Amino acid sequence: MADLFRHAWAIARKDLVLEFRTRTAIMSAAVFTALVLVVFNFGRDPTAIPTLTIAPSILWVTFSFAGMLALNRAFQLELENSALDGLLLAPISRFSLYLGKLAANLVFVATVETIGLLLFALFFDVPLQRIVGPLVGVIALATVGFIAVGTLFSAMVIRTRFAELMLPVLLLPFLIPPLVWAVQATGQLFAARPLSEVAGALKLLAAYDIVFVTLATLLFPATVDQ
Amino acid sequence: MSLVQRGRWVTLVGLALLAGVYVRALVFTPVELHQGPAQKIFYVHVPAAWSAMLAMGLVGVASILYLLVKDARYDRFAAASAEVGTAFSLVMLTTGPIWAKPIWGTWWTWDARLTLTLFLFFLFLGYLLLRGAVTDVGLRARYSAVLGICGLVLLPFIHLSVYLFRTLHPMPIVLKPSAPSLPGVMLATLLFSVGVFTLLYVGFVMQRYGIGDRGEGGGTHA
Amino acid sequence: MLSAECLTHAFGSVRALDGISFRLEPGRTLAVFGPNGAGKTTLLKVLAGLIRPQAGHAHVDGGRRAIGWIGHQSHLYANLTVRENLLFWASLYGVPAADRGPRADELLRRLGIGDRAAQPVAALSRGLLQRAAIARALVHEPAVLLLDEPFTGLDLAAAGEFRRLLAELARGGRAVVIATHNVEEGVELATEIAFQHRGRFVALAARGARGPAEIAEAYRRAVADG
Repeated sequence: MADLFRHAWAIARKDLVLEFRTRTAIMSAAVFTALVLVVFNFGRDPTAIPTLTIAPSILWVTFSFAGMLALNRAFQLELENSALDGLLLAPISRFSLYLGKLAANLVFVATVETIGLLLFALFFDVPLQRIVGPLVGVIALATVGFIAVGTLFSAMVIRTRFAELMLPVLLLPFLIPPLVWAVQATGQLFAARPLSEVAGALKLLAAYDIVFVTLATLLFPATVDQ
Repeated sequence: MSLVQRGRWVTLVGLALLAGVYVRALVFTPVELHQGPAQKIFYVHVPAAWSAMLAMGLVGVASILYLLVKDARYDRFAAASAEVGTAFSLVMLTTGPIWAKPIWGTWWTWDARLTLTLFLFFLFLGYLLLRGAVTDVGLRARYSAVLGICGLVLLPFIHLSVYLFRTLHPMPIVLKPSAPSLPGVMLATLLFSVGVFTLLYVGFVMQRYGIGDRGEGGGTHA
Repeated sequence: MLSAECLTHAFGSVRALDGISFRLEPGRTLAVFGPNGAGKTTLLKVLAGLIRPQAGHAHVDGGRRAIGWIGHQSHLYANLTVRENLLFWASLYGVPAADRGPRADELLRRLGIGDRAAQPVAALSRGLLQRAAIARALVHEPAVLLLDEPFTGLDLAAAGEFRRLLAELARGGRAVVIATHNVEEGVELATEIAFQHRGRFVALAARGARGPAEIAEAYRRAVADG
């Protein structure tokens, strides 16, 4: 058990060192996030639609796009370095490999989401100080769920044709439940509703996370073993 | 008699009974008070949704069995079930708006259940696209099994979302905790139709599975 | 010690392994010659535990931890330095943290690339890359070496040097399996020789006093008959 997490950590750390050394993916994801936010800003009429009505959707469209960018690179990195077989040959559990990739993806996406959230607060003048705790909770719960499924799928699509297109197509149906709950909860937070109203969505998000992190971990060996 | 031929007979019987469903729904079942004749589409829409759900569920079950015993027949069954399910979910998606236009006054609304049935359709599409994108037979079977199992687990979450959101969609009236709130005649017609659609599902899958069997045996697309 | 019992594996209708059995003691080197598609890589992958055979049984004393793999892929990350790569793989193979640094430095010195330790792998030439790949495969001091077409992409001089290195490794009491389609490349190192054709060992014998020309001739006949 200790080995499981130690190996996962070694893989995640290696991925993050590689990522932050080249910085191409994280930079492009951050710039992309900024662009999406800017486009949204020009695409709406602030006199006709109050910011708070569409703010949750804007935030989550941005985050889900950023997540897709992160997922595409996780196993691509192993293929480019032709190291995937090396990892499979090593005396580590397949679960470690999955959990390591998941952890690296989560750190990557969390970084982009932090940048995105700050830009969002800046561009759209949404007061975040008051709700920052619960909001981060909603973002974290929703992100874990869809990145867990996405990490599993990204291990498959790298060996298919049109990998970059295939991932969003496969992931979309799985993205929807957490996204719908997250958008709803975010909207209630922005509208300064009491926290008890958000609890239902948070519980569903947590249930989704538990189910799909477990399922994806268990299924991952089937995507790499021959 | 080959599986394909038997499947063809089952389908023919199913189609004949489907004509019976139409006759029963149009002639022998009373017009619903509030919705008028548009409500008749309900006898096609709901059974199609049922068959699509059944198809996804069985894709998932076959996927689990495939990963457990690695028998290619389960993979072939899952592939057949997914293709048939795609067809049924298309029926569900087209009949929905046809009914919605006179009743809700709009072809499409981003109502939770409508949206989520759309995503059931996308789930099938993704599954079939993934199968098309992997050439190695063993790899394709494992990948699609993983996706199939995830799809099966996603179904309850899709269902959960329905209850959480304010929705225009009629709430479940047949499978709900209290007694069904549908008049007996209508319920009978509906259940008859569900039975017929299930039979059609079986017939289609038998044929599709049989064709796949022949293709694999001849080694034409191994 | 390394053993295979009646290994059988097929991909679709293609028989990659068809009842292969052998034993290999420490200090011995088995060269498996066969044309492309004979199932050599599958054999190595089964021995390494990457592929579970459909029938039969492969056994390596010490399991995956005891195996070093050198193939035509380096399993090195281009944007990590040579030393960072070795430390990463050492951690996955369970080398104690305190031993990783000294062992990596010692290996790199022995392989003549000690001065490249701090360079990113991307900066290495093909020949140096191959040496770094060897260092990677040896960092956990494996008792068994599996070599899959290890000479691919090396020029004559580099191949000669690589052969000398392998000979040295084989003398160190390791069990070595080399799979290659080129008889000239592997024959010098071998103590046993097998010809693999359509998933079968059509011949398996100690090399004895036979010269390369004799073995090459026998190989041509075996593959033609098969």
